[in-house]
Amino acid sequence: MTVGIIELLTIFVLAAFVGNEVVSKVPSILHTPLMSGTNAIHGIILVGTMAILGQAQGDVQTILGFLAVLLATLNVVGGFVVTDRMLEMFKAKPSDRPAKSAGTPEEPGKGGAPS
Amino acid sequence: MSLLTWVDLVYLLAAIGFILALKGLSSPKFARQGNMLGAGAATLAIAMTFTIPSVRHAGSRLVLMAVAMIIGTAIAVPAARKVKMTAMPQMVAIFNGVGGGAAALVSMTAFLILTSHDSFTGKPAVYKIVEVILGILIGCVSFSGSAIAFIKLQELITGRPITYPAQQVINAFVGIAIVGLAVATVLTANVALLVVMSVLALVLGVIFVLPIGGADVPVLISLLNSFTGLAVAASGFSLGNNLLIVAGTLVGASGILLTRMMSKAMGRSLANVLFSAFGSVVTASGGADGAGADARPVKVGTPEDIGVLMAYARKVVIIPGYGLAVAQAQHAARELADLLTERGVEVFYAIHPVAGRMPGHMNVLLAEANVPYDELKEMDEANPELATADVALVVGANDTVNPAANNTPGSPIYGMPIIHADLAQHIVFLKRSMRPGFAGIDNELLYDPKTTMLFGDAKDTLTKLVAAVKSA
Repeated sequence: MTVGIIELLTIFVLAAFVGNEVVSKVPSILHTPLMSGTNAIHGIILVGTMAILGQAQGDVQTILGFLAVLLATLNVVGGFVVTDRMLEMFKAKPSDRPAKSAGTPEEPGKGGAPS
Repeated sequence: MSLLTWVDLVYLLAAIGFILALKGLSSPKFARQGNMLGAGAATLAIAMTFTIPSVRHAGSRLVLMAVAMIIGTAIAVPAARKVKMTAMPQMVAIFNGVGGGAAALVSMTAFLILTSHDSFTGKPAVYKIVEVILGILIGCVSFSGSAIAFIKLQELITGRPITYPAQQVINAFVGIAIVGLAVATVLTANVALLVVMSVLALVLGVIFVLPIGGADVPVLISLLNSFTGLAVAASGFSLGNNLLIVAGTLVGASGILLTRMMSKAMGRSLANVLFSAFGSVVTASGGADGAGADARPVKVGTPEDIGVLMAYARKVVIIPGYGLAVAQAQHAARELADLLTERGVEVFYAIHPVAGRMPGHMNVLLAEANVPYDELKEMDEANPELATADVALVVGANDTVNPAANNTPGSPIYGMPIIHADLAQHIVFLKRSMRPGFAGIDNELLYDPKTTMLFGDAKDTLTKLVAAVKSA
């Protein structure tokens, strides 16, 4: 995996253009899932933390590597789960709107009582 | 092909998966599948990483790795499942922070491994050190900055900007010290200098975020998200890992784009958002607390009257602000909208880009209350419709409908695009009091002859409106 700095820079620049292009098409209604989704994507740093912990020598490096794997796991797992939960809620208008979904109970019968 | 080539190939597939995941977000219809594709891509890449010899043969460290991953999953899954949608900004902030922290740790440890290796003599190449410094610097700022943003959003400390004497001078001093240490590290490759720099970077994250508050936090969070992306990309450079570079850069680019869109939606430059401690200044001048600080008369209505007005309207536009979320009134709002729709009234929601506490937050809150996404209209789409609306129902919003943004040069919000509630036949404000919005300025619209005020908790008032429409 020894790649030259120029190759890496090339990848970086092209990815920046792709990122800009793809994200500019996201409607503002989905901006929160976009943030939490991109948040999950950078959780892939987990791959890097695994490589680092694998190569670590001595206690200091091992501890740092362990912490890194832990933090990255939080990031990637939590990020994808929470994004999925959010996106599950975005539904098109159904023929008869069901009151099911993501553990959101209806407001218990407050509607009938005028005061 | 060698094993490592296979690993790189799988990483390439994962990168494609991430790009497609983002592409899926261009429509609510495919967004969820896209996210699952992204999660699948991540899982594949992680599984493949276990086959790399240095990971596979790591012995006891392999056990540690598994333990860390199990603990992480055990914490993250319940947290992500349980979090309330109103608390989403905090959740994103904390996941973002830990990602930044992980990236900083990777860069730091990569440097330690490099310099402590037996075969290592002399000094690493300058670009290697620069990559490490960037990864640590950006990662640390993102980590501590996100932590402070979390504490603010969770209201463990005040959400308002925190200022202290000579703030700018202190910040500048820390900034210069970091640059100095970075240069010294490049020249000497000294680990101790690098550690001191990391600590200062953590401090910088804290003092950078403290003076940013209130309505500016959405911009801040998307900026920090972008920072973490860039930190991940920097660690990708250190490790020569294409996947980290692609994924990190995608996030970095997206965060920067969102940040710019958010500042534009507030009619301000990014620099102004980050460095002006906007809220504190105007709070001092506009601190009209409590009820009716102004002697000017407003028209106060009853829910019964407004209920009748809406029941016989043709078109009603609901304009929600963060006040709606605070009052947990999303469900009541949806109930009202459903009821009106049943009566043949055309109803939709007009949503300002900065309504809520993070970009697009209001849409998520309404989606949670089962509002179908085709009833949610963005500002630009909603504004032409308001001229033909009979009733504009403003729920817990204020600054985002303030005409001063258009017609009062010198107003702190001048230049901010607004939702044109003022064009509707009738304007109804659901507010707790006459208190100004975050910008701390008066809203002329409240005194408009077309405007009726309904004071009280948004949820209560909406519930009363529902009852009134039912009996109309």
